[in-house]
Parts: sequence; C-alpha cells; structure tokens
Amino acid sequence: MSETTHGSSHHSAHHIDVKEFHPRARAAIHNPQVRQNFRKAMDGLMTKRKSAFEGWDLETLRDLGANIRMRALASLPDLLEQLEQKLTENGITVHWATDGDEACRIVRDICVARDAKTAIKGKSMVSEEMELNHYLEEQGIEALESDLGEYIVQLAEETPSHIIMPAIHKNTGEISQLLHDKTGTDLSNDVEYLTANARLQLREKFRNADVGISGVNFAVAETGTLCLVENEGNGRMTTTVPPCHIAVTGIEKVVPNLEDVTALLALLTRSATGQHITTYFNMISGPRKANEMDGPEEVHVVLVDNGRSTIYQDDELLDTLRCIRCGACMNHCPVYTRVGGHTYGTTYPGPIGKILMPHMVGLDEGRHLPTASSLCGACGEVCPVKIPIPDLLVRLRQESVDGDKLHPAKVRGHGAKRSSVEAMIWKGWSWMHAKPGLYRLGTSLGARFRKLQPGKIGAWTQYRTAPKLAPKTLHERMKERGQ
Amino acid sequence: MSSRDAILQRLRNRTGGELTAPECDFSVLDRPDWSTAERLDMFERTIESVHGEVHRTTESGWIDRLAEILQSRGAQTLLIAKEHEIGQALRSATKDREDLPQLLVYDEPIESWQEALFNEVDAGITSTRGGIAETGSLILWPTADEPRLMSLVPPIHIAILKASELYTTFHDAMQSQNWAAGMPTNALLVSGPSKTADIEQTLAYGVHGPKELIVLVIE
Repeated sequence: MSETTHGSSHHSAHHIDVKEFHPRARAAIHNPQVRQNFRKAMDGLMTKRKSAFEGWDLETLRDLGANIRMRALASLPDLLEQLEQKLTENGITVHWATDGDEACRIVRDICVARDAKTAIKGKSMVSEEMELNHYLEEQGIEALESDLGEYIVQLAEETPSHIIMPAIHKNTGEISQLLHDKTGTDLSNDVEYLTANARLQLREKFRNADVGISGVNFAVAETGTLCLVENEGNGRMTTTVPPCHIAVTGIEKVVPNLEDVTALLALLTRSATGQHITTYFNMISGPRKANEMDGPEEVHVVLVDNGRSTIYQDDELLDTLRCIRCGACMNHCPVYTRVGGHTYGTTYPGPIGKILMPHMVGLDEGRHLPTASSLCGACGEVCPVKIPIPDLLVRLRQESVDGDKLHPAKVRGHGAKRSSVEAMIWKGWSWMHAKPGLYRLGTSLGARFRKLQPGKIGAWTQYRTAPKLAPKTLHERMKERGQ
Repeated sequence: MSSRDAILQRLRNRTGGELTAPECDFSVLDRPDWSTAERLDMFERTIESVHGEVHRTTESGWIDRLAEILQSRGAQTLLIAKEHEIGQALRSATKDREDLPQLLVYDEPIESWQEALFNEVDAGITSTRGGIAETGSLILWPTADEPRLMSLVPPIHIAILKASELYTTFHDAMQSQNWAAGMPTNALLVSGPSKTADIEQTLAYGVHGPKELIVLVIE
C-alpha cells in the first residue's frame, strides 16, 4: 500500500516557494493597490453574508451543517463505495487517484482515448491542487478556464487569490488592460462590456471543446448525483455541451442523502457571497440517454485523495475535511484581507488553507502557515460547518515544534520549526513557574536588573516595542498594599 | 493494490478508531405553512431581486402575454418542445395568429444543429416542475422532449410555472416530490438569469447562460 498520498510533484517549476511567506507578506502590505482591492471586496462580502442570514437561526443551521458533514465522514469508506456503485449504475465511470499526479494521468488517459485536443473547464479547486492545466498543456491538450474569474487569472498566468472569487486581487482597470492586451478588447471600465466580450470569446470554445472538466460541490451517495453550484452558466455549459464530461473531486465531498444538500447549499451560498442561492444548482446523475437530444455521451468522476486520507486518521485534524469551500474564513480573516491570497503561495489561501495545506505540502515547507494568524477566532465563528480553525492552528503550531506530547505528531514535516534554544527557554520557564520560591526570586531579580533586558527580541520587536518588566513585581506591590 | 483499494483501506483502518455519526435534525429548515398567494409573493420578490422577471397570467392568457414579451424584445425565433403541451399549444396558436416568432422544435440531436442553436435562436421556452418561494428558484428536470440546452443557450429563457406548484423551501420540494427515489440525468434549480461578480464584485448579467429569465406564472 502506498504511503505517499501527498501533493503533486510534476512540473514543480510552477510551484511558488511556500516558505517565502514573509517576504511576500511584506511586499503585499506595502502595495496599496492590493490592500485596497482586498479590503473593498472583503468588506462587501462580510456585509452580504450578514444580511443573507437575517431571520435564520444561524447557530442551529451551522450545527446541522457540521453534523451532516461529520455523519458523512463517519462512514466515509462505505459512502464512497455506495457512491461508486450508484454512479456506475447511472452510467458514470468512476476513477480513484491517490494523489494529484495520478489524477492528472487519469484525465489525460480519458482525453487520449477520445483523441481530445481541447478541454473547457468549469471552476474546480481540486484541479488547481492537481495543477491540471499545466499538465494537460504539457501533454498537448489545451485547457481553457471558462469561469470569468478563472479565465482572467489564466490570461494573467496567475493562480486564484480566493477560492470563490479567483480574480479578486485585480480591479476593473487592471482587468480591462489585461483583456485588451490578451484578447484585443477595447480599454473600458464598463464591466458589462468586458463581460460580454468574455462571453463572445468563450462561446466558440464551448461549442468546439472535446471535453468539459468540472469540479463537484457535493456528491450524493444514495442517488449517485454530482452537484455543482454556480452563477455564470459556464458550469452547465462545461458539463452539457462537450461530448465528454470529467468531474474531479476530493474524496471528502460525498454526503449520504440528497436531503443533506438542501442544508449545505443554504449554508454555502450565503456564507460565500451572501446569496440566498446561486443562479444555477446543477445536479448531474448520468450521461445522455439513448433517446436524449443533448448532454455528454460520457461522464467520468475522478475521486482524488491527495492527503485527505492522512488527515482522516486524526480525531482533531479530521474536522478540516468538513470544509464545503465557501471562503467565509478568508473573507473574515484580518491577515488574509491585508496580505491577499497570493502571499500564502498555496492552492487554498487564508485560514482553511493554513490548516489544509500543511498536510499537502508538509509542515517543513508550510511552516509559516499556521503562524500567519492572530488567533482572533473570526474564521471559526463564521465557518458554516463549525470547523474549529483556531484550535487546529494551535495544534499545527504545536506539531511544527513537536511540542505536543498528547498527540503523537501526524503531519509530515512536523518539528521543522523546533529550535533547541527556544525549547530550552520554555522548559526553564515552566520549571520556574512550578516552583514558587524560584519564581519569586526570578521575578525580583528581573525587576532589579530590568535595565539589562534586551531591546530587541527577534520578530516580536520588528513592529512592536519590547515589553519591559515592571520596577516592582506583583508580589511586592500586593505586599505593599496589604500594609 | 489499486489506488481504490489503497484509499479505502487507509480510511477503514483509521488510526483514531471508529467514528460515531451525529444525529441530523433538519427542523431548522422548516417554515410556517404559507398559502399559495404568500408563496407566490415571496417567489416574485426573491427572483426579481436577482433580475428574474415575473408575469402573472392565466391558462388562457399566457400565449398573449408571451407574444407581447417576445415582440418587445424583437425575438425572431423561439425554441419549443415537440411533445410537451406548451409546445403543442404554441404550434396550434400560430395557425391563427401572426404575433408569435418563428417556432423551432428541438427534435434532433444537438450535433446536427449546434451552430444554429448557439447563433440563431433568440429564446427558449420550457416547463418547470414547480418553484421554490424562499430562494426564488425554478425546478427544471430536462427530458428527451425538453433537452438540457433549451434553458441554457438562447439569450432569453422563458419558463412556465404553475402557482399551485410553488413550494416554500428546497427541502420541502425535494421531500414532497420524493427526489431520492430516482433522479433524472440532469436536474436544475434556476434562480435568475446568468450572472457574475468576478470583476471587482460588480454584478453583470448574461455571462454564459441566458441574459434574461422570464417566468410566466399560471394562477
């Protein structure tokens, strides 16, 4: 059995060095345009989410969302088998991939078998995980994004900076310039004009694409149904017009019952963009039947593990797999809003990325991710499926220094941040705090010799002044008061 | 070992042991028992907030209303189903009236006329399997007679909704119609015309799907 279920290794030249978080964060913080673009977008999304849940018993609804996801995870292997059986009965071909590389090869093989040269894509974060576009291009298959945001990002040769709004880091002027340079449209700040042009460019592509590739929001085991949530209609085009549809999905997206999607959908669209529902909720349960006039002849599903079964082993980290990819944690994160999505250098940015990506890239490469948080707790408060993100960040911080004896470390690259000096300091700290006499001696010595305290303490004093010990210890002051 | 078996085995042999499944109580989705009129008001308000257009009409008046709507848009062609009563009614109506656009029947596989569908059809009309008041959604189950692309490719999508088939919530609709018993190859909730906010959060309608969604509600 293979133990390596981690991120893709092909075409690693496209990888951004995840470790270089700090230089990117500094650059982003000093870029007023990036900060303005994110601030404006996140403020808007937070307001819309709040008003979309007005009149709802949100706590109870979030409990239901969490329970639905936990119930699904509790019988994940059985549900995946049931899903496979139902999909197969419905005429959909099911494939399994342990990692991104294998998933890419499966997609390529389907394309090759059909002699496909062009693929049109609906939005899929799993395909970003797989770096599918680059891979297909290397194999001589054109892969074109059709979601407007993804299309913009692809034209700019960038990666999405937000999982729901991929091009949110750009403003209208920047997008207008990009479309002008790449597709020859006129420079314009008229969003309708820019959108209409993208529609024109992509219509021909939909018509002529050999395969359509999409993601999946929910996969329903009892009926063998793939659910896709979208506004533009590009998802419907992608899954309906080309003769072959390939859906790629993480193995955690399965739910037992059709009923489950009603609650998850209500949570997803409101949490993500503050919509009651998206324009299209597309439920696909099979390829075109013999008497039908349209729809793909072939439908394939690729079930991708890519580190998920590793996360699944641990009782705490498991909660990460509840995620329904709404992006609310990003929208409410003070760090994400200031540094933007690209700073993280990972497929999934923001709070969910900080707890998901260390499993995919390892804690050595992703060592800065769990620390890029003020632990303010906003992400956990808005999560529609109540993932305790702050707790998991603390857990990963512990693992990154191997400090948690209660949980044998599970994440690849654990201990990468461990420093023997820091460990010794904390050991001394805890030893001193356990002995009252020693503690009093220590604090009174500290107060007496406070002038000798260093003015710079590493990263802490980069943006702050160093904390100073008081001239008298608390014990001394209490004693004085008592007299 | 195949990837399938490797993944399933890893999940089955979970080091943390077996997981317990929590109870799921869906009552938070329950709504008061609204009347048809209340449901229709709610539906209209919600779908209009996302640029859907609602026209209340009757069994005998909908073709007149449809003709007006299409004329006001200058539509030259209308895609209809072959067997469905909507298509039948329109075909017999054109025998003695001239204010309807040219009717095109979707009775051939898409391969033989894809270019025409994309470039020459101004509007498509479909039935619905009901609607959802809370979210302002139409339920569409495309069939061999009313294929999937009818409601997607033409710039104008017209849907006929019977007011009596409005449900309060998605949960309510799904349970009442017992969807779990069997799903069609494709089922849809459609809530407004196609839209995007991918450019600086500015809403623009008519991206890849219809630019207009017009609902004729039969009261």
